This record gives sequence, C-alpha cells and structure tokens, in this order.
Amino acid sequence: MKTALLTIVFILLVCLSLIVGVKDISWVNFSSWMNSGTQVFIISRIPRTIALILAGVGLSISGVIMQQISLNKFVSPTTAGTLDAAKLGILAGLIFFPGASHLFQMGFAFVFTILASLLFMVMLRRIKHRSLIYIPLLGIMFGNVLAGIGTFFAYKFDIVQNMETWLIGDFSKVLKGNYELIYISLPLVIITYLYANKLTALGLGKDMAKSLGLNYNLFVLIGLTCVSLTVSAIMITAGAIPFLGLIVPNIVSLFYGDNLKKSLPYTAILGAILILFCDIISRIIIYPFEVPIGLTIAIIGGISFIIFISKRLRYA
Amino acid sequence: MLKKRILLLVAIAIGVVSIYMFTLLGSSPEYVFSRRATKLAAMLLISCSIGYSSVVFQTITENRILTPSIMGFESVYILFQALIIFIYNGSEVHPLESHTNFIFSVFLMIGFASILYLALFRKGKVSVYFLLLIGLILGTIFMSMTGFIELLIDPNEFSIIQKYLFASFNDINTNLLGISTIILLSTLIGGAFILHKLDVLSLGKDHAVNLGINYQRLVQISLLLITVQVAISTALVGPITFLGILIANLSYEFLPTYKHKYTILGACLIGIIFVVGGQYLVENLFNMATTISILINCVGGIYFIILLVKSRTI
Repeated sequence: MKTALLTIVFILLVCLSLIVGVKDISWVNFSSWMNSGTQVFIISRIPRTIALILAGVGLSISGVIMQQISLNKFVSPTTAGTLDAAKLGILAGLIFFPGASHLFQMGFAFVFTILASLLFMVMLRRIKHRSLIYIPLLGIMFGNVLAGIGTFFAYKFDIVQNMETWLIGDFSKVLKGNYELIYISLPLVIITYLYANKLTALGLGKDMAKSLGLNYNLFVLIGLTCVSLTVSAIMITAGAIPFLGLIVPNIVSLFYGDNLKKSLPYTAILGAILILFCDIISRIIIYPFEVPIGLTIAIIGGISFIIFISKRLRYA
Repeated sequence: MLKKRILLLVAIAIGVVSIYMFTLLGSSPEYVFSRRATKLAAMLLISCSIGYSSVVFQTITENRILTPSIMGFESVYILFQALIIFIYNGSEVHPLESHTNFIFSVFLMIGFASILYLALFRKGKVSVYFLLLIGLILGTIFMSMTGFIELLIDPNEFSIIQKYLFASFNDINTNLLGISTIILLSTLIGGAFILHKLDVLSLGKDHAVNLGINYQRLVQISLLLITVQVAISTALVGPITFLGILIANLSYEFLPTYKHKYTILGACLIGIIFVVGGQYLVENLFNMATTISILINCVGGIYFIILLVKSRTI
C-alpha cells in the first residue's frame, strides 16, 4: 500500500518536473517532432529530471552508509564535513589546474573527500564522548575548518564570491552533454544494495560486525569510497545539496526500521521524491526565475532536521 | 610555576605589542603611530572579550571545542551584511553609515540570541548541546541564504564590499571604538564577579548545585554577558570564528590550573599575542593579501583538528 503510494507520488513528480518551466511544454503539442518545445524537452528537461533523481538517490544512500559506519543517526555528508571537503577539492583543482576537464576536477574532489572522510572516522574512534548530538556538532565544526582553509586560498586568488556561489546546489545549468558524470553514482547505488546485509552488520558496531565474520576495515573503506565518489560527482554536476542525506534516512528508519535490505529501496525513492519536490518549488516560487535548490532544501531540510532531533531526544 | 608562566605570557604580549608599535615606522612616524594606536586599542579589546566569552562559554557547556561565535552568531551577522550590500547594490555611497550598521548589527545579534535562549529555556530542561546544534543548523541555513544573495550581487560591487565580510582592524571607527570600549569593559568588570562561582561550576552541574550554586541563574547571567560581548566585538571588527577555540585551549594547556581568573587572563594574553602578531604579519609579510580573520581561522582550524585527533578526553 505504502509502496504503491510512494510510486504514484514519484511518477507524478517526475511528470511535473518534466512540464514545469519557463518554456511552456504541454503533452499535446508533441505532434511535430522538431519544434522548439521538444528540443527543450530533450536537451534540458529530461537530463535535469534524471540528474535530480540520481542526486536524490545517491545522497540519501550516502547518508545511510555514513550513519551505519559511524553508528550515529545524525551523521551525513552535511554534518561530517564531506560537502566542504569536496568544495575544497574543486577549489584546489581550479587553482592548480585551471581549464582541466570535469572528470579531472571530480577526481580532485574525490581525493579530498575521501581523505576528509577517513580523517573524520579516525577522530570519531578516538573520542569517548559519543552522544547523539556531539558527533554532528564535531562534524559541522570540521566542515567549518575545511571551509576556512578554502577561504584562505579563495581570498588570495580573489575568487571568494565565485567559491561561495557557484557551488550552491542548482540544477538549472544541467543540460544534455554536461551532466553525464552523475551517472557514476548509479553503479555505487547498486553496489550498496548488493552489500545491504553487510552494511546492516556494520551498523551493529565494530566488535559485533567482526564476530559476525565481516572484514570490518575493508567494508568501511568500500562504504567511504562509494560515498566520496557519489558526493564528488553530484558536487561537480549540481553543487552542494545540504541535509538531504540526513533527513531521508531518518524518516525511513522511523517507518521501516534498520534492516537495510528492506529499507534501502524506500530510502532511494523517498530521496528522489524529496529532491524533485524541492526542485519544483524552487522553479515556481519566483516564476519565471529560479531559486537555487541548495537554498530551498537548506531551509526545508534544516527545519525538519531540528524537528526530528528534538523528537528523538524526547523519546530517547 | 603558574606565576612564572603568566609572567612569561605578559612578557611575550608586551614584546609583540612593542614590535607592532615601534618597528617599521616609515617616513611619517607620528601618523603611523596614531593609526596603529587605534588599531591596537581595538585589538586588545577584542582579544579580551573573546578570551573571556570563550572560556566562560566552555565552562557552561562543559566542553572544550565549542565557542559562542559558531552558534549562528556570525552567520547572522554575515547574512545581515550581505543583505545590506544587496539592498544598496549599485548606489554610490557606502551602504550604511557605519554607526547605523553597527547598532543594527548589535541589536540583531542580541535579539537572535535572546530568541534562541528564550524559546529553549522556557521549555525547562534543555541540554546545551541541543542549543548549540540548533544554532549550527540555523547557521547553515543562514549561510545558504547568504550564498544566494551573493549570487545576485554584481561582481564589481562584491569586490568593493568583500572587506565587510571578513574581520579587519584596518578601518575602525574611533567613535564606535569608544562606545564599544565602555560597554565591553563594563561587561568584563561585571563578569569578574562571577568567576569564583564558575570555578565551582567547572566541577560539573550536579556538584555545583549540591554546593549551593543557583545553576539556572548563573548560566543565564553568563550567557547574557557573553552575548553582549560577542555581538559587540563581531559588529566592531567582523567575524573571527576560530580565535576563541584557539586561545581558550592554548590557555588550558599552558597554565596548570582550573581557576577561571588565571585561565581567562591567560586566554586574553594569548589572544593579544595572536591578534597583534597576526596583524603584524598581515601588514608586513602578506602585504594585505590576506586578512587577519582568514589567517587566524586557518591556524585555529588546523589546531582544532590536531586537538581532536590527539586528545582522548574532550
């Protein structure tokens, strides 16, 4: 029943996402194949919708992986410095190798992201005080440190405004031919699903996972690699999309529990629904202009995160 | 041991201050000297208020990595500045008279903090961590808004106005400095009277209550003082996020004591050393190619990571 409902909502939002926009496209005038509406449809709307779905799914699943590894419900790319590390990587790529290809920049972002994730995990292991709130606080501070280092270089090369603005999540510049890198997240999603049982075991803690016969360090590394690749690819294509990897897994685990083999599909579809919804809102709120989705989702996501954490604390 | 180390800090601080004041005076010493004196006054003031507010805040929250400036204060300030710039975009005059801007910023930040505290303390028992997390999340939201506004600002305008987004001691309004000095000094003097209670509080909340401390009241008074100090110092020179963490922790490490009158004094002295020394480097080594806040955020940020990785008992 719930699955059917989610699927219907998803399909509805996909259709909306294909229709809504400045260029008026109705399903009727598809009669002539080469008119401008169809062109817009193929070059902009379809890639945009695909990119949105992939980003939504990728980020939500990254959130799940990070939460399983860190044993904390409030760790996500936003609250562990991952997004800031990717930003720093892209900045470094731009400064040292200007004019490099997208793929190369993504590689740079990936190296920085995975190093930051590993460093964060090392810090987590050494900290005794592992309360629910303390870890995300630590992660956000860690992100601030990385952002501070980024600002040092950005100021020096006089690109502060660029750095602050061009990495705000925004799908309006997604066009056929420049978004294909985001497909990298697709195989990672499949890998995650195949290893869902192992990830569930990771979420039981290091000792438990080991006694269940899991190669703990290997799977932590695989998980972090998947997360870093996904986040870097999305960062290059669309920019930073905060909070998504945080809210979706939390909603799903409230309703469907923590058996990932069961709950991962819901996480994926809910992530796609949420990001499509926010993107459509960003497109119509100051029509015919657009607000970047990074802003919409920060406001919606930030507020729902606060509601969530206060509820969790009340029942905990 | 303790006295010796404090004397050492005093000596280094005096040394740094005199190097800053008396070297590289150039061809018109009187002019340079008076300019530097104003900056120095501001730097001493800011170092002391950030030293006091950080140490006290860390005692209240019983941890060593959080400071008031990360609780959304600075992001509110930056958002406000970006808004002003955006609204006055393209006009030839300076966005807002610095007086008006200053007063608005101070009230805005105090208002923001009061709403945050009131909303949360009214419900009764709220953990300070929760408060902090809310502050940080709001901070992230404000930063996204700022990013959006910056996206809309003309790049030429932005390059002119960029300096308002970073802390700087270079063009401090002397009238504002006077007002701020009076307010900050009175909070510092007022704050000196609760130091012995804070010593008790650092034993932990339960012990402090057991020993007859009115916990809620003490926390509220301290938060009030801290709010005023952070609001005024941010509005005067701009945001320096990691200064508080840096100087408070160095003071704990360097001084073998738990008494607040010493740790706060140490934090203030270390603050003076870092800020004045940093400003000297910015002026003479980096030729203004960077700002003091960026420099301190880099140093403080890296120190923060090392602190986290090394320490096991934060």
